[in-house]
Amino acid sequence: MQPILKVENITKVFRGSGGAPQIPDSSRRRLRQRQGGPGRPDFTAVDHISFELLPGECLGIIGESGSGKSTVANLVTRLTDPTEGRVMLDGQDITNLRGRELRDVYRKVQMVFQTPTESFDPRRSLGDGIGESLRNRGMSAGETRARVAELLQMCGLPADFAGRYPHQVSGGQCQRAAIARAIAIAPKVLICDEATSALDVTLQKEVLALLRTLRAELHLSILFICHDIALVQQFCDRVLVMYKGRIVEQGAPDDVIRNPQDAYTRRLIESIL
Amino acid sequence: MAEILRYDRVDIAYNGRRVVEGVSFDLNPGEILGIVGESGSGKSTVIKAAMGLLGPSGQVTRGDIYYKGKDLPDLSPAEMRRLNGPELGMIFQSAGASFCPIRTVGSQLYESMTEHENVSKADFTNRACDLLRKIGFEDGPRILNSYPFELSGGMQQRVGIAAAMLLKPSILFADEPTSALDVSVQKQVVEEMLLVRETFGTSIVIVTHNIGVIGTMADRVLVMKDGAMVEYGTTRQVLEKPRKEYTRMLMAAVPRLKR
Repeated sequence: MQPILKVENITKVFRGSGGAPQIPDSSRRRLRQRQGGPGRPDFTAVDHISFELLPGECLGIIGESGSGKSTVANLVTRLTDPTEGRVMLDGQDITNLRGRELRDVYRKVQMVFQTPTESFDPRRSLGDGIGESLRNRGMSAGETRARVAELLQMCGLPADFAGRYPHQVSGGQCQRAAIARAIAIAPKVLICDEATSALDVTLQKEVLALLRTLRAELHLSILFICHDIALVQQFCDRVLVMYKGRIVEQGAPDDVIRNPQDAYTRRLIESIL
Repeated sequence: MAEILRYDRVDIAYNGRRVVEGVSFDLNPGEILGIVGESGSGKSTVIKAAMGLLGPSGQVTRGDIYYKGKDLPDLSPAEMRRLNGPELGMIFQSAGASFCPIRTVGSQLYESMTEHENVSKADFTNRACDLLRKIGFEDGPRILNSYPFELSGGMQQRVGIAAAMLLKPSILFADEPTSALDVSVQKQVVEEMLLVRETFGTSIVIVTHNIGVIGTMADRVLVMKDGAMVEYGTTRQVLEKPRKEYTRMLMAAVPRLKR
């Protein structure tokens, strides 16, 4: 089976202030004193990683804060440009696309972020946010309205939520709206970056059930980034364990959890209360 | 055994609107009580009331909170200041943010200590390093000379616990002390609080939405929903044989690792 998303040897280095513009020696000494050091070194957030996401698959990425999981999400969605490597989406190399071509990528890939309320424009209604991608594709205002109502209902919200603003709904409701927005354009791949982490366990369970239903109905492939290993075990077909920018282990969640091969994975699993 | 803290049918209101209703529990010396509930259930408000941290708009409108025979909501601010610290200690969700960023950790701990007792700088350093050693930090002097941002999130949280323990309070209130931390660091912080109880016999009230933390630490659990008590019992009973429908639902929603 052809992978829907293929990441080859991707690397992201955030440049520190070490190689910054040339400053005369005299003023540099003063700067150094003020900063208390010779400038920050470069930081490699993602270090030559490769993986594939198959059609209909749900792939989890786990790891501690700073391990590079969110940078991976930003790289595959082109929100950050890679330093090295390639991202292939549905057979197309999207690593260097710009402008219109890059916008077309977002017909196939959509995202759900960690903080639902912040991911909507506070001055516009949820309906505006959910329908934006449809309007951009040329759908009429009337059609969009009908489709938004349908999407809201698919995600378990009443249709009149289209008129509400982000601050007028709860976190769980807002995350449902964010999922409605993500599936509006019928993408093939959904990237969930800690999509349930800000929610209470009861809401988390509901949102997960919704994602499970949508995944089956719409044949979505999901990249599920999450620090909760138990959740990944419930939800994903396969899991990557990241540590310091690298993939240290991968496999079926049950195998990785019951029989971790890597020392870091073992430590991670032992520390779960 | 006489209880050290007793909540007796406590109601709490913000701006006249009741947010907590009829909360009663008692805490024995050396006991760890876990308070769980969803966001907005009033769990943090309950412990803030004991320390007088409800702010100008919050008030205990009914019921009593007894600490060693004193009714806390009736105390004057001056009396409350004498209790907060040496008798009642608190750790917050982000201890790093509760330190002043431009002063060393040591100078801030020293300040909090001189507020309550006459102590020389040398004496303070000895006691602080001694305490830090007891809770697992070998390099006490280095930590005291660090600025908060020079410590990792987990270290900041553990230093926050040290800051509260320096005055040897009889009760430690902890408001979501592990929620901002990675699982491996979370475990360290939990172990540290258990060590504090073992070493000093401190009673702890921990507010968290993390059932795993409660299962590891607490002797008894109080479950809250919409400002009211749903269930109160031993950790074993509440987690394994919940009596109330809501508790059952809450426990069923917790993702558990199948090993």
